[in-house]
Amino acid sequence: MNGGVLLSQADAALRSRRLPRGTFLALLGAALALAVVLGAAVGSMWLPPARVVRALVEPLGLGGGVTAAEHAVIWSIRLPRLLLGVAVGGGLGLAGAAMQGLFRNPLVDPGLLGVSSGAALGAALVIVLGARLSLAVGPTAGPWVLPLAAFAMAFVSVMAVRALATVDGAARIGGLLLSGIAVNGLASALTGLLTSTANDAQLRTLVFWTLGSLDGATWRTAGVAVAFLAAPVLLLPRLARTLDVILLGEAEAGDLGIDVETVKRRILLLVSLTVGASVAFTGVLLFVGLAVPHLVRLAAGPDHRVVLPGAFLLGAALLVGADAAARTVVAPAELPLGLVTASLGAPFFVFLLVREKRSWS
Amino acid sequence: MIEARNVTVRVAGATLLHEVSLAARAGEVLALVGPNGSGKSTLLRVLAGELSPSAGSVSLCGKPLGLLSRRDQARTRAFARQESDVAFSFSAADVVLLGRTPHTAGLETARDRAIAALALRATRSVHLAPRLFPSLSGGEKQRVSLSRSLCQIWEAEPDAPVRALLLDEPTASLDPAHQHAAIGEARRLARQGCAVVAVLHDLNLAAQYADRIAVLRRGALRALGPPREVLTVELLASVFSLEAVVALHPTLDVPLVVPLSASFDPRPESPLHDDPA
Repeated sequence: MNGGVLLSQADAALRSRRLPRGTFLALLGAALALAVVLGAAVGSMWLPPARVVRALVEPLGLGGGVTAAEHAVIWSIRLPRLLLGVAVGGGLGLAGAAMQGLFRNPLVDPGLLGVSSGAALGAALVIVLGARLSLAVGPTAGPWVLPLAAFAMAFVSVMAVRALATVDGAARIGGLLLSGIAVNGLASALTGLLTSTANDAQLRTLVFWTLGSLDGATWRTAGVAVAFLAAPVLLLPRLARTLDVILLGEAEAGDLGIDVETVKRRILLLVSLTVGASVAFTGVLLFVGLAVPHLVRLAAGPDHRVVLPGAFLLGAALLVGADAAARTVVAPAELPLGLVTASLGAPFFVFLLVREKRSWS
Repeated sequence: MIEARNVTVRVAGATLLHEVSLAARAGEVLALVGPNGSGKSTLLRVLAGELSPSAGSVSLCGKPLGLLSRRDQARTRAFARQESDVAFSFSAADVVLLGRTPHTAGLETARDRAIAALALRATRSVHLAPRLFPSLSGGEKQRVSLSRSLCQIWEAEPDAPVRALLLDEPTASLDPAHQHAAIGEARRLARQGCAVVAVLHDLNLAAQYADRIAVLRRGALRALGPPREVLTVELLASVFSLEAVVALHPTLDVPLVVPLSASFDPRPESPLHDDPA
């Protein structure tokens, strides 16, 4: 019997359990489109989805027939918020998938390794000390300084965590989690110190970070977030096959021609950019980066060529959906988005732990 | 050809290898044997480019490793390690296909799939293809990992005609039939012009399949030559602390080692050259 025939039988056996790559990503894309339309429809003023779609395609010379008020609500208030949600949700999903692949552990979350709390410290530094150090946090530089500081501190934190956990050139996962706790603790303490010296206005801004929200998004902030996320979104999927090889082990990846240390640095840099920008504009949103890649892998298997784009699409759709819920559940008030993601994500994490425990026994 | 010249490896004050020179030629199976901690695996890791020697050099097809990119090395040299595990639920077929990554630009072709299938067949593992790798037994994992390494160097690259295959105890978890199938496959690759270096614990497997045997003891090369010259009663006693009879194999023209008992030197060994592993 021909070997190719044998393997294609094996492929067929696999495919029957998993959706084809293209179909799966198309489904996720459709889910994201649906979430965006829904996100644009709900809020203090309900707009029927049909009118939302018409308002959305208006600049293309299609649709039309919406009132000026509806147009303004969608284009000035809801769309920037949706764009920020897509960028941050997609970015966190992508960053989580890349981290889990790099550390070969499906329970890794950017938040557990000090990236998020480092980014929050960077943001707090700018909020509290920015004015005092007379940094040029003017209206032009403002949207850039915050994410830059968050990114820098996120990168410093993740490098510190990795350095602390590295023994004989390999970062072990137990060590990573422990040093993540240490770095998280230190970053939180410093953030707390800054909080205690903050004035009332700064305090209000800081609280926003600890809760997480897409509130206050403008085209400018959404644009800066997109600019920060462009590199990770374009470059991380190119490393998909490299991440697959790294799942075999770091030494094995070296045997297959991968310069593992270079790849690690590159991925941690891109992840820090993503998480830094996310935290700077929306605060700490826990569990998105953990749960989203998991769900994608459950449905489509561990191949990063589908996990990375899938995690972006699903992360974006889930965050936009969660934000829509946050805006409607207690309307006219708003739930902080961070509370919504944490209250959905934490039980999911517990579920994963229980499942993992069962596989140990 | 893959060659080590005067390779010395020191780690944290311990000398793991001391001025070892050996070369596996195209078309040859070179067996590395030696007692535990003699530096066999260390030498293999040096040949694989994973460990840089403290002194000496390693070359692949006549070029020093330092002048070759990791990817170029991976196109001509594969390393089947002792234990291989995957944390995520890839199928065995997925794992073998990953062996083609040094040759592809991200997407594998039908040709890569065909090679993966042949590599699975070479270790009698085609039926494992759809199974999830983490669910396989130790021996099955070892066969699939060996298939991955075979898949990696299935064909010679036009610009580097000589391939090298490094095997670290490729038979450790295999039943006797699969042991012979695995080494036989290495033998077949050698016939195609591949240079094979295999760490083996089973001296009779080494005697039957290797063209030459290199004997390491405490980080130094103690003997190097054809099985019948190397596997002597004296060497087995002095290197392996093994009292044995060496007979002629009843049907094959190779020596046959029949161990009788351990004959350890009562004096304690100096820990200086002992491999911490």
